[in-house]
Amino acid sequence: MMVGRDRRRSVLAEIEETQLPGVGVRHDFVTRHGVRIGVIAHRSGHRELLVYDQQDPDACRDVVRLEEDDTRALAELLGGSHVTETLAQVQSVEGLTIDWLPVEPGAACAGSQIGHSDLRERTGVSIVAVVRDGETIASPAPDFRLQPGDTAVAIGTPEGIREAFKLLRGT
Amino acid sequence: MTALAQVAVVAAEAGSPEAALLFIELGAIVVGLAVLARIALSVGFSPIPLYLIAGLAFGEGGLLPLDLSEDFVAVGSELGVILLLFLLGLEYTADELSNGLRRNLPAGVLDAATSFTPGLATGLLLGWEPVAAIVLGGVTYISSSGVIAKVLADLNRLGNRETPTVLSILVIEDLVMAVYLPLVAVLLTGAGLAAGLGSLAVAVGAVAVVLVAALRWGEPISRAIASRSDEVLLLTVLGLVLLVAGVAQQLQVSSAIGAFLVGIAVSGPVAERTHQLVVPLRDLFAAVFFVFFGLQLDPATIPAVAGLAIALGLVTAGTKIATGWWAARRAGIGIRGRARAGAALVARGEFSIVIAGLAVNAGLEPQLGPLAAAYVLFLAILGPIAARTADPLTARWQARRSAASAALR
Repeated sequence: MMVGRDRRRSVLAEIEETQLPGVGVRHDFVTRHGVRIGVIAHRSGHRELLVYDQQDPDACRDVVRLEEDDTRALAELLGGSHVTETLAQVQSVEGLTIDWLPVEPGAACAGSQIGHSDLRERTGVSIVAVVRDGETIASPAPDFRLQPGDTAVAIGTPEGIREAFKLLRGT
Repeated sequence: MTALAQVAVVAAEAGSPEAALLFIELGAIVVGLAVLARIALSVGFSPIPLYLIAGLAFGEGGLLPLDLSEDFVAVGSELGVILLLFLLGLEYTADELSNGLRRNLPAGVLDAATSFTPGLATGLLLGWEPVAAIVLGGVTYISSSGVIAKVLADLNRLGNRETPTVLSILVIEDLVMAVYLPLVAVLLTGAGLAAGLGSLAVAVGAVAVVLVAALRWGEPISRAIASRSDEVLLLTVLGLVLLVAGVAQQLQVSSAIGAFLVGIAVSGPVAERTHQLVVPLRDLFAAVFFVFFGLQLDPATIPAVAGLAIALGLVTAGTKIATGWWAARRAGIGIRGRARAGAALVARGEFSIVIAGLAVNAGLEPQLGPLAAAYVLFLAILGPIAARTADPLTARWQARRSAASAALR
């Protein structure tokens, strides 16, 4: 499991998740240039984009309210629309988990097409993105072939994810 | 429930001159409240203190006594309490409640110890019965999650790093209410120790069962309630809330707790929609409740307790600031964030009045009602001011201190 964690860290900046009881969920991270930014996903559906203050790191310098279509527009501009959309949906569906699963050399599924590997049938998880050599391939087609060294971004039930982790680990 | 019967009679005779007068009186009250809410919002305050003042002005010994609509207002105010508690339960999911309890227990304990004690001690020093002192402790303990949530959103502080600490303290207060309200309800009936403990066990057991059920079967429960039609959803939820509240009252557990439990049991997307549907109703009947609370008090009794209310308000504002400061420091928040967290918790409001209302209805300690009203009037106004000014004040203090230490060097 450690491999998966490390991989995730190198691909995405360290994103902290904080539950805000009665409000929603906040995600935030520090950019390469040292500015902390975050997003609150409100239960009622809208988002708030947060830019933290550098003098007072606990407070926000700017807060921008985004309605659902604003969020889509901004995600489109930032070019990560598919993954973020899926992530947002997972937040709202209880019982689903998203995880970053490393594909190891001995894995049964390595080299086979996502559609043909028995990953989906046996575990029920969907691969929503693949990270390869530091690049994210959003919504890979069914004929996409997983290679050792890839990181698969998978969504499913916690048990399904655990099964998928074993399948991708090999042995 | 004779009041309800009378209302039914009046309703049956709709078109009669009495009904016409009732409508005029009620209409005038509600329009008056609308004007007050408008004024409060334009200055950025909670309308609760103004509703209380309106009640004082109309009640016995006030400017304009009401005669026809008082029964209707009484029933409306009971509905207000039930809806306030239902939405309090709905506010947090069962997950959040159990997580809050696990992670922030120390802050919750400090909060209860420092803010409950001043009220309790004041009551005992005044020579009140222990029950009345316990009620006053509850009044000074419970922060107003309504006022605080609004202030945090208005000041764009929901994203701040100290905000989860503030919210988690509110979550714990919420849970404490689940035990405290039935306890007070039992104590107020004056039942013997054995009977009292029995009802309390029923209440605490019910809370535990509902929490576990909501954690485990929240999805199926919510799916059973869910409907595509807003109308069906509203009727289902409202019917359930009233039924459970009534049954709880029959079992001597307090109707408010029944409503609170229904709120906890409903979760997920249904909870969000229910919230949107019920909030307008809650706002209407809660306003009626605050007016009714004021109606029952004689304005002449307020000045006598005003000084005490302000002193108690200042002390318990201080204890909330200390609690927030300590909890935020524990979470690794800086000086300014600690001050913001503390000041945010100062506001008291709707639930202090709900607690005091229980005692006033039971005819306990004549001074309690006026004292609670004056106390909430003071802190519902001071709270938002404290939350607004704490941050600039701390920033100025920090700047002056760093300037002073630079001068020394």
